[in-house]
Amino acid sequence: MYEKDGEKYFVVDSHSHFWDASRENWREGREEFAKGWIDCFYGYHQLAPPETHWDYEKYLKVTPEDFKRDMYEEGHVDVAIFQSTYLKEWYTNGFNTVDQNGALLEELGDKIIVNGRFDPRDGAEGLKQLEADAKKYNLKGCKLYTAEWNGDSRGYKLTDPATYDFLQAAQELGIKNIHAHKGPTIWPLNKDAFSADDVDQCATDHQGLNFIIEHAAIPRIDDFCFMAVQEPNVYAGLSVVVGGLMHARPKFFAKVMGELLFWVGEDRMTFGGDYNIWTPKWQVEGLVDWQMPDDPAFSDYPRMTTASRKKILGLNAARLYDIPVPAELQLPTDDPAQPGEQLVDA
Amino acid sequence: MTATVDGVWQALETVMDPELDEPITDLAFVESHTVSDDGVATVVLRLPTFFCAPNFAFLMVADAYDAVMEVDGVRHAVVTLQENQTADAINKGVAAQAGFVKAFEGEATAELDELRTEFLSKAAIAGQDRVAQPLVDDGAHPDELAAMVLGDVPPSVDLDRLRDRRRKIGLPAGDDAPLLMHPDGSRVTTAQVPLHLRRARLRRVGIEANGHICRDIMQAKLAVGAP
Repeated sequence: MYEKDGEKYFVVDSHSHFWDASRENWREGREEFAKGWIDCFYGYHQLAPPETHWDYEKYLKVTPEDFKRDMYEEGHVDVAIFQSTYLKEWYTNGFNTVDQNGALLEELGDKIIVNGRFDPRDGAEGLKQLEADAKKYNLKGCKLYTAEWNGDSRGYKLTDPATYDFLQAAQELGIKNIHAHKGPTIWPLNKDAFSADDVDQCATDHQGLNFIIEHAAIPRIDDFCFMAVQEPNVYAGLSVVVGGLMHARPKFFAKVMGELLFWVGEDRMTFGGDYNIWTPKWQVEGLVDWQMPDDPAFSDYPRMTTASRKKILGLNAARLYDIPVPAELQLPTDDPAQPGEQLVDA
Repeated sequence: MTATVDGVWQALETVMDPELDEPITDLAFVESHTVSDDGVATVVLRLPTFFCAPNFAFLMVADAYDAVMEVDGVRHAVVTLQENQTADAINKGVAAQAGFVKAFEGEATAELDELRTEFLSKAAIAGQDRVAQPLVDDGAHPDELAAMVLGDVPPSVDLDRLRDRRRKIGLPAGDDAPLLMHPDGSRVTTAQVPLHLRRARLRRVGIEANGHICRDIMQAKLAVGAP
């Protein structure tokens, strides 16, 4: 819980990690990729305020104590949702597996939710594993990393028939939240590197699932917004949006938030601090203090209200994950303001 | 005639990052550029991260090769990309003038013209916000904006840029071309103006936000050095 100026905010960090990018975990013969991956994250890390920067060695692997302090003691987070990303083509024991994450479950109890993952290219074995993980960890969500390497394949699409089989199975197992990473993908090399088209059709075809598109599909935020207007079960995950722009490019952060508030709306935006790319403290505090600039160039963007901030920082994700919210931290009335029909072409 | 380093740089200034719609020279993607007395130009490109998408990387390396080869006095060009997941394949493909499909045999199924056109089309929409927004600020009404042609607009860098992006994808770009235009080249009606401008602005915000993130990461990478 974070309190500022007498207002109390229930904070759900809906996109966090606890990774192992240590050298010992770099897969033999694939060191270049393992290093390339974590170096890329370390580049993003530099976009945070300088006083929050860590040295590279610490960045490779943090301890459970670091995690607990950064998230709960200092970071104002009430509930963290762990996303699992395997990347076993590059990291011997996986980058951030459900079992690694699950190890913290017992200790942290209700303060943490572990999401699973699946890869449609794993076939029957993968379905079995998903079922086992779902039962073991009571999964309510999964992270899909569509650009993950798997043997000769460099990625998959949400509309692949095999993905649909897994999404069907996920629903039957009680999983209802699908976090899709729509960052810079790399397969098929000639097309998918920028396409968010598969989200559109997949969301339409799976009305029982929520699709939280992490990073609001940056670098395709424009395509994402046009699409999200039409799909009520699509959400904008704000990981990277806040971390990558709020400090480094405040004006652009305002524009991006303005566009998201206008097209997607404050009821379908979820905060994600993307630990351990960044720590949540400065992001939570910054968002609570943030307002659209008082400048003519921003005059027709929606304004943030205290209610908007409460929804974005936690209440929206709490609703998706059925997380109980203490009465004093809820909004007095639930008044969902969806973007208007006029935004959709007849 | 002897080729000059300045000539090579000027050629590189015409090479765009297709997604960011900005020259690779402004983005600090050119690590080094030299030219020998006997006309061999050597250019090394770099990108902000190891995982920058290979299709965009390929376009930039191939375009840089073509641009440098056009410089007077350049007899041979060696353009390479450093530190990227697919740098080897791209460098070999460009050196052999093999095309994208050949460079990524078994992984890519089409050449990149369609990709390039898609981003130019986005840039042509974003450019309408750049040109029209000052007019809106000066009080232009939707019916005026819908009737306006490019010849009515005061000259500006943004106007030249809009014309250039349109020309490259075969859309009308002359003085009698409508200022506001859908991606298929049809005129925007008065009723469509407000939403069209919203969309144009969103395209622009998307492209520019990506450009800023790439710049920031590049800057951080150069400041920190390779860990």
